[in-house]
Amino acid sequence: MSAAVAPEPTVAAPPEGKTKRVKKRLTSRTATFFAILIATLWTIPTFGLFISSFRPRQDINNSGWWTMITNPSFTFDNYVTVLSSSGASSASLGVYFVNSIVITLPAVVFPVTLALMAAYAFAWIPFKGSSWLFVLVFALQIVPLQMALIPLLKIFNYPWLDIGGTFPAVWIAHTIFGLPLQIFLLHNFISEIPRDVMEAAKVDGANHAQIFRRVVIPLSVPAIASMVIFQFLWVWNDLLVALVFSGGTAKTAPITQRVAEFAGTRGNQWELLTSAAFIATIVPLIVFFALQRYFVRGLLAGSTKG
Amino acid sequence: MTVLADLSAGMLRTESFWIDQGSKLGFAAIAIVVFLAIVGLVMFLADNAPKRGRDVIQLLLFVAPALLLLAAGMIWPALQTIWQSVTSKAGEFVGLDNFVTIFTDPTMQVVMRNTIVWVIFVPTFSTIVGLAYALFIDRSRGEKILKSLVFMPMAISFVGASIIWGFMYTYRSEGFPQIGLLNQILVWLGLSPYQFVETPPWNTFFLLVVMAWIQTGFAMVVLSAAIKGVPAEIVEAAELDGATAWQRFLNVTLPWIRGSLVVVVTTITISTLKVFDIVRTMTGGQYNTSVVANEMYTRAFRLNQPEIGAALAVLLFVLVLPIVVYNIRVLRAHKEAH
Repeated sequence: MSAAVAPEPTVAAPPEGKTKRVKKRLTSRTATFFAILIATLWTIPTFGLFISSFRPRQDINNSGWWTMITNPSFTFDNYVTVLSSSGASSASLGVYFVNSIVITLPAVVFPVTLALMAAYAFAWIPFKGSSWLFVLVFALQIVPLQMALIPLLKIFNYPWLDIGGTFPAVWIAHTIFGLPLQIFLLHNFISEIPRDVMEAAKVDGANHAQIFRRVVIPLSVPAIASMVIFQFLWVWNDLLVALVFSGGTAKTAPITQRVAEFAGTRGNQWELLTSAAFIATIVPLIVFFALQRYFVRGLLAGSTKG
Repeated sequence: MTVLADLSAGMLRTESFWIDQGSKLGFAAIAIVVFLAIVGLVMFLADNAPKRGRDVIQLLLFVAPALLLLAAGMIWPALQTIWQSVTSKAGEFVGLDNFVTIFTDPTMQVVMRNTIVWVIFVPTFSTIVGLAYALFIDRSRGEKILKSLVFMPMAISFVGASIIWGFMYTYRSEGFPQIGLLNQILVWLGLSPYQFVETPPWNTFFLLVVMAWIQTGFAMVVLSAAIKGVPAEIVEAAELDGATAWQRFLNVTLPWIRGSLVVVVTTITISTLKVFDIVRTMTGGQYNTSVVANEMYTRAFRLNQPEIGAALAVLLFVLVLPIVVYNIRVLRAHKEAH
């Protein structure tokens, strides 16, 4: 986690000649212009979707969202429509939203906990073949998810297991796919805990389980927070694992799957698509804005994800 | 208030809505509690393991769960996928036939071409724009907010992003009011509206813009942190020597952040190779837009051609492998140098 964002250094402006100062201000003015241009270009698409989701159906289909300025209109109807169930075949989007929560919470707790334990063992329990095994785990990041899908689905469908299309299948799949990166990053962090701290605990007679609980976990809270957010965003936003393992019915499918389905079957009903997409996006956006620091930290540490 | 009434009425229409949802959430809660209880039990066992061999027992309890899951859920499946890629659907060994198919089949050639286009353009575009933006806003007022705005797409799912951009690209026939911003701009410029998503071959570019839009934020954040790591003394020294901003960038900043730059390019390349959601959501692979990752899903799970899907998955693995190895090497060299 050494790559955390450095605090902004406040550099005092060195005394400069007049011409130089003017020139500098000019370049920084063009820089500011381009920065604002890029920021605007990057924000407009999301903004347009957000605005549209609050426009009446008639207006969405007959005028662009930018006409809101001259011809304002506002409604919650789109949200009501997608959230209420309309007929037997199409369950309310709320059901899928709940499914996403049901999928995400365990699919975050499981891998982070298991990875934390394994990372501790790799970092502080010396054993034969430790570094070899760790390299193997690290190397597993290379294996694309796609490599494991078909056989893993088969395993889930074995008669003695038979969990294909259920929540546990999705949880286990996410847990497995999350482990390599989580173990790797947590190991990087845990292995940097000063040796003295560990030795002191050992001298006090603590065994590994006690050290893990009393020393490692409290010291790793920032790293754990990063990993939790990382895994949370990954699972909540995932489509592929959900498509393959959730079975695709209202019983288990997450909101991403439902929204992707909408895009396919109701591609022209923008009043539904915009509000549905916004509902699917709001949770990760809140998490993102509230915990951006930890997310950035995880990202900087994890920019090796393969 | 009527909104809430409507909402609850709609939800209650399926009578057991709340019961169903409540029991699902309860299921998740129980799963977590049971899981943590098992972990607690494991810790308890580790605590009270017999003195002899305690270290070994503790070690096993700590690493075995993760390693068993990885062995059963990744290593074994990966090996099976490799095997499946060289067998027919009936299970007979066919050598490289499936690979011949994925390279010679006419539809597959479009897929390969598209994948190459994605892999070339997404990392290049995202890295250049992300780097430029990081430089522009470095130490400026409002840097934090400006960063958040471009970084935000990283939090949005590929599915959400696809819908956001699908809306930007929406097409209405000429003469009708446009509701997609891009077509409206074309109309304002006096041009005819254009079917961005449906018209090959350029539609591939309009799809990959979505990925580039997301990855630019990633590039920007990592490179911005790297830029802040450039020692102020060196920059000042260059400034005193009369180096222009551009010269300072070329001769000081760029060499300094080289390692991060490589990581950014390779990471985006890998994500681009593996991304499937965008094509799946925007076109489902129609209109000649499919890429390897999407085709893998379509063949294996929609068209019942698991052997072709397996071959495509192996191809992805083979494409990703050298990039990751290179990435690790650069990282290691970087670590040693600092």
